[in-house]
Amino acid sequence: MRLSCPICGVRDRREFYYQGDAVALERPAPEAGQAVWDAYLHVRDNPAGSRRELWQHEAGCGAWLVVERHSGSHAVTSVSLVHDRAEETGA
Amino acid sequence: MRFSGWRVIREGLTGNRGWGPHWRDPEPKPAYDALIIGGGGHGLATAYYLAKKHGLTNIAVLEKGHIGSGNIGRNTTIVRANYFLPGNSAFYSHSLKLWEGLEAELNYNVMHSQRGIINLFHSDGQRDAAVRRGNAMINQGDDAVLLDRAQLRAMLPYLDYDNARFPIYGGLYHARGGTARHDAVAWGYARGADRLGVDLLQNCEITGITIKDGAVKGVETTRGPIRAPKVGMVVAGRSSQVAALAGIRLPIESHVLQAFVTEGLKPCIDHVITFGMGHFYISQSDKGGLVFGGDLDFYASYASRGNLPAAEHVMEAGMALMPMIGRAKLLRSWGGIMDMSPDGSPIIDRTAVEGLFLNCGWCYGGFKAVPASGDCFAHLMATGEPKAEAAAFRLDRFRDGVGILDEEGSGSQHNLH
Repeated sequence: MRLSCPICGVRDRREFYYQGDAVALERPAPEAGQAVWDAYLHVRDNPAGSRRELWQHEAGCGAWLVVERHSGSHAVTSVSLVHDRAEETGA
Repeated sequence: MRFSGWRVIREGLTGNRGWGPHWRDPEPKPAYDALIIGGGGHGLATAYYLAKKHGLTNIAVLEKGHIGSGNIGRNTTIVRANYFLPGNSAFYSHSLKLWEGLEAELNYNVMHSQRGIINLFHSDGQRDAAVRRGNAMINQGDDAVLLDRAQLRAMLPYLDYDNARFPIYGGLYHARGGTARHDAVAWGYARGADRLGVDLLQNCEITGITIKDGAVKGVETTRGPIRAPKVGMVVAGRSSQVAALAGIRLPIESHVLQAFVTEGLKPCIDHVITFGMGHFYISQSDKGGLVFGGDLDFYASYASRGNLPAAEHVMEAGMALMPMIGRAKLLRSWGGIMDMSPDGSPIIDRTAVEGLFLNCGWCYGGFKAVPASGDCFAHLMATGEPKAEAAAFRLDRFRDGVGILDEEGSGSQHNLH
């Protein structure tokens, strides 16, 4: 499997670190409550199909990436920078 | 049909024409007293103990494919009770005791071989950790012996003791650990359950879970609707999909774990050896193949096949540990879909839906747990109360943070186990 880093181009999977579901980008407020924090930290849709994930180009430019990928075929449909997304949403 | 040495001789002399199918292939009834979703090791064991210990014989196991076609047929067959944390150690100790009586219990040869497991350590700190783990195992009533380098060298002369990065200081020897024939475990429980009247419904995929007024009423399947007041979900890597049918989201992420087997060789590796620092473990099957595996591919996957970087890493670790296997030719590799929980420990619990029970989160350690998982899940489904040995495997421990079972001490987060 290869991922196409928006900065570095197509690179080997081994250069990337997998963090998990992209829900990790949506950190709740500190006092959001037990259920919200449980959903953020632990509970997952875990779909057998298209997923949004958070990866880091650890052995490359170090950028954090949002990867859309199929969990059955491993086909990657999009890779974007978390940085760009943060600018769009103003987060 | 009962198996015995005498029967084998008689069949051998009469052309083996007397053997019949090991279980029936019944049509689904419209209703049962309980349903178990998943015809793998855990589901079949649950059905067996529900019928045997709790007298629930009007029950069925629903299997999407054929019996034993999931992770029970895709593992490295290791059986052990070398856990450290209270909650885990009692459970796996219970499981190992059930293993030790399993063949007599099932009248089935599961080829349980207590050849001993050796966990290697590579530093003074790791030796201390091994001593601590060994003491926990002994306190639990199981066995553990600390082997120093000289003792280990006498037992395992073929390891590379002077590896520059991970020199071998010794090992923790768990003599009652070993292996079993994975398929035979599924077949033995299937046959045992069938003989007690349990219907094993194959090619029967769940398409819906019927819930009314907060209680489960039955399931929709590809072979028609089936009513039941109790339903147990035991579907390993597919837990999230089945639970979603009941509107439940789980703290599970599915990952692929690879394993490998070489061509058949003369007996050379007498034990199960684990090389934790290289994420490598190995044993030799009774057919002679070296069976070994490593760590997860480390990204979520439902593909029952692995990626090459993980395969390469496993081979490198194997060569670093025992260079003698370098000329063995690899025959096959396979991948299983692991239901990874945040803390690396399983879940055996009720759900918010009355009558709907959950058994999942076995990560990469489900095989050795099969007997105790079935026993404890059957107890939970029959009585509504958790069995003491599995009481720590609560679903809500992640939400409230109480009783997290982080055996590796690495944290309660999805990508850490």
